[in-house]
Amino acid sequence: MYAFTLHRPSSVRQAANLLAKSEDAKLLAGGQTLIPTMKQRLASPASLIDLSLIEGLSGIELRGRSIVIGAMTRHAEVADSPVVQENLPALAELAGEIGDPHVRNMGTIGGSLANNDPNADYPAAALGLGATIVTNKRRIAADEFFTGMFETALGADEIVTKVMFPLPKKAAYVKFANPASRYALVGVLVSKRGREIRVAVTGAGANGVFRVTAFEEALQRRFGPKSLDGLSVPAAGLNSDIHGSAEYRAHLIGVLARRAVAAAAG
Amino acid sequence: MPNATFHSVATSVAGWSRRMFLTASATSLAVPLFARTSRAEAMDPQTARAKDPRDPANLALTVNGRKHQLALDARTTLLDALRERLGLTGAKKGCDHGQCGACTVLIDGRRVLSCLTLALVAEGRAVTTIEGLAKPDGTLHPMQQAFIDQDAFQCGYCTPGQILSAVSCVEEGHAANDAEIREYMSGNLCRCAAYPNIVAAIKQTKHSMREG
Repeated sequence: MYAFTLHRPSSVRQAANLLAKSEDAKLLAGGQTLIPTMKQRLASPASLIDLSLIEGLSGIELRGRSIVIGAMTRHAEVADSPVVQENLPALAELAGEIGDPHVRNMGTIGGSLANNDPNADYPAAALGLGATIVTNKRRIAADEFFTGMFETALGADEIVTKVMFPLPKKAAYVKFANPASRYALVGVLVSKRGREIRVAVTGAGANGVFRVTAFEEALQRRFGPKSLDGLSVPAAGLNSDIHGSAEYRAHLIGVLARRAVAAAAG
Repeated sequence: MPNATFHSVATSVAGWSRRMFLTASATSLAVPLFARTSRAEAMDPQTARAKDPRDPANLALTVNGRKHQLALDARTTLLDALRERLGLTGAKKGCDHGQCGACTVLIDGRRVLSCLTLALVAEGRAVTTIEGLAKPDGTLHPMQQAFIDQDAFQCGYCTPGQILSAVSCVEEGHAANDAEIREYMSGNLCRCAAYPNIVAAIKQTKHSMREG
């Protein structure tokens, strides 16, 4: 790890000022990706801005027909939250399947979304549930937030402060986890809210999380696993690595989407 | 290496290795180094420069109920601070990348990876290591005793992490059956594969921990 200066601001405003005026600064949330990345010298920020002392960035509340989750809320808190378990069980289950208990005790929803790892689970939740990402400057719809592998619409001095999930009528997340890392080899989140149906896929896309409109249109006609029979996602443009080929991932998307629809419809 | 002269320092900062000192002095001017005094402050204002990020920062770390005053490079992980500075070598450095769980400690009662936690970020929180698990009179925590009773280790390298993780596993209420125990202990690898005995130790302990 290369040397850096650690800042520990007590407000989002202070953090944003530090971010704007420091050259090559990075925000430190749970650190479960950033610290190992720095240890491998794949990142060498000159400054780290720790968000853990900022009050009000953490917490879960039901607000109308949405669940609002603070950016610094740990995965374990989402997984164990009675509010999430009762109103949006798919999200509680997704959070409870991230990494291992140690990682879930430190990793945060804001950190995961801002990092936008192509194999991470939370991007599928945000896109598949039509979430809104709230920053210190604006609100960004999930459809506009994820712009590519490890890329988001966040500006240079923009900080995620919370995430708003509208409550779906039905939703389920099914993933095929890498048995060692528990990252999604492929993960599919399916949701239905009013007339809106979303099928979001993580782990497979070369540009990160994406929606499968062909599946969504088929599910519009009837929300059941049989509606997806005969449909598949082309392997072109999917990831191929030591864990699985693009063709295998394409196959998994179909299988997991059907399972997710069955779980959501059931 | 410019200016890489080794200064003989009467008052070296405790715990700074010779290599770290050489690296540090390589980019600084020949200035005596005083314990817990930043070099920038000690320098003539005319030669003062921006604060070096390697300058140690002061912090108070509470470990096993004891408060320790330390001066650390911001890069220092909690694991390195425990092992190298406080002499608490119970937490082990396995992979140092958050994959093996050998470095597991509790922060405010929750199990975390000390290799992925900066020591400075742990300031003000209560850190518990394996050294702090037994009672002051030496009576073992029931989980420690169960690991002995069930022969839940071979080489023992992963054991401190396993035990702390096992305590959390029970306290979180995730020890209902073998499958759940295995899932919630998945962050702690054991290369000797003592897993069946670890599961047995957790099952032995879960009732006594609730009663205790």
